[in-house]
Amino acid sequence: MSTLETAADDAIRATRRVRRWGSWYVAEHRFRVMRSYAQTVVVTAIGNPVIYLYAMGVGLATLVDANLGPDAVAGVSYLAFVAPALLASAAITVASEEFTYPIMLGFKWNPVFYGMNAAPIAPGQIINGIVISVTARMLVTCGIYYAFMLVFGAVPSPAGFLAVFAALLTGLGFGAVLMAYTATLTEDTGQLAMVMRFVILPMTLFSGTFFPLSVLPGWLQWIGWISPLWHGTQLSRVFTYGAEEPIWLSALHVLYLAALLGLGWTWARRVAAGRLNK
Amino acid sequence: MIVAENLVKKYKEFAAVDGVSFEVAAGESFGLLGPNGAGKSTTMRMVGAVSTRTAGTLSILGMDPDRRGPEIRSRLGVVPQADNLDTELRVRENLLVYGRYFGLPRAQVARRADELLEFAQLTEKAKSKVDALSGGMKRRLTIARALINDPSILLLDEPTTGVDPQARHILWDRLFRLKEQGTTLLLTTHYMDEAEQLCDRLVVVDKGVIMAEGAPAELIRRYSSREVLEVRFGSDLNAEVAGRIAGMGDRIEVLPDRILIYSENGESELVRIIDAGLRPITSLVRRSSLEDVFLRLTGRTLIE
Repeated sequence: MSTLETAADDAIRATRRVRRWGSWYVAEHRFRVMRSYAQTVVVTAIGNPVIYLYAMGVGLATLVDANLGPDAVAGVSYLAFVAPALLASAAITVASEEFTYPIMLGFKWNPVFYGMNAAPIAPGQIINGIVISVTARMLVTCGIYYAFMLVFGAVPSPAGFLAVFAALLTGLGFGAVLMAYTATLTEDTGQLAMVMRFVILPMTLFSGTFFPLSVLPGWLQWIGWISPLWHGTQLSRVFTYGAEEPIWLSALHVLYLAALLGLGWTWARRVAAGRLNK
Repeated sequence: MIVAENLVKKYKEFAAVDGVSFEVAAGESFGLLGPNGAGKSTTMRMVGAVSTRTAGTLSILGMDPDRRGPEIRSRLGVVPQADNLDTELRVRENLLVYGRYFGLPRAQVARRADELLEFAQLTEKAKSKVDALSGGMKRRLTIARALINDPSILLLDEPTTGVDPQARHILWDRLFRLKEQGTTLLLTTHYMDEAEQLCDRLVVVDKGVIMAEGAPAELIRRYSSREVLEVRFGSDLNAEVAGRIAGMGDRIEVLPDRILIYSENGESELVRIIDAGLRPITSLVRRSSLEDVFLRLTGRTLIE
């Protein structure tokens, strides 16, 4: 065999591992970077549930329950009603951090994605690696949140822990689409701030988070139906206090969120491949 | 190691690379010399298996980048034009993380990282933040990072652009060592002195096509005279004087700020000018360089 053939064979053998595990190497990079802001991650993961559950569960709930009774909203206490929604919102918050700026950074501000791609890592693996790392962070955040929900006595149902996965699916479904959109931005001229203000904030307010969607006038309820947060919140409520809804609707929540995840993920991989191959 | 035939890269109708052919042998140091926008970086990206060619054939280490991109990239070291070091990580971490992209075991990467920090004279900076490094240090770190997988071919896109002169010499020294160790180098540059220092062979590229190919000394012999006399008469007078000295030397180039007279003997041309009653403000006799080759081939200077 010629030396070139040997070299090619060596390369093919050495690259098998990267073809299989490349996404995890990218995730490894993200974890290392997250370590540099680990304090923020931990403080928000613990601080958020404490503050929100206290404010809503002890503060606002006292007011609501005093006026409407202990089964104030949808047959449960206000705390039990609002807690699963806050859990899903926490996942959305992680998504809105981790699927936006790190993407802008990697393509533009500190173009590390090009460096990864100059090594054997494929564009799709970069996207996979980000999804893996965000899933890990989100799981930790939601797990901690759920633990505090238990402490506050906000989970009447024993199947409540499933709400953690409902929240995870919510964050990833919304986040994947957000990631793909961010990947298309060649310049941030305030688009991301607009998304925070005009997509994420209204979504939080009108997704049946603090009051049931049915309270809203009919012409506003569509916001809930397209909102991944509403689907995720409803699903979480089914798990934490057995909120009553037809089984097809619960299935629809899962399907809708999974579809968003699949769509966003595929789209992002495609955008990344296009941007890195110039 | 690298065989390119009629390589073409088009962006819509614009051909950034328009039928470029060259071959690089193992252990050779090969350069692409040309001005900004000549298509050097595009060629580098195609060889780096991150940019799909529009037409032509390309084989790197016997593999086609369209089919074997990751495999080819596993054997390359890439130093891009703009540093893309990870500013969120520290100096040594940059090497550790990068080695993992090649699927190398952690222990091996750690060992190699320490060797490379030594090679790049950055051992004391191992724990520094990347942003705290000078331009030259960042460049050295980028080169060290490109070597983490012990590449068969090192691709360097404008390795010393934007680096101060002293740091440039350190970089050249490091690259020269690699060359001595038998690493195949492919580099682009628009500095002729860099090409002369580092390249065994080079092609002069302009507007996506190859203008000439050969060893630096050979190109100078072929396209230029042994010496060049540079005279300045002041911007207003250069053009006027040019008429009066026409016919001197082998060839004359009139640039906005000076006149170049190509000749086997620059001193004797200067004597002729002074005998003709002309008094240049400054005069300089120097050896011909690749800059002159480029000027001859394209009618333009490399850095405009």
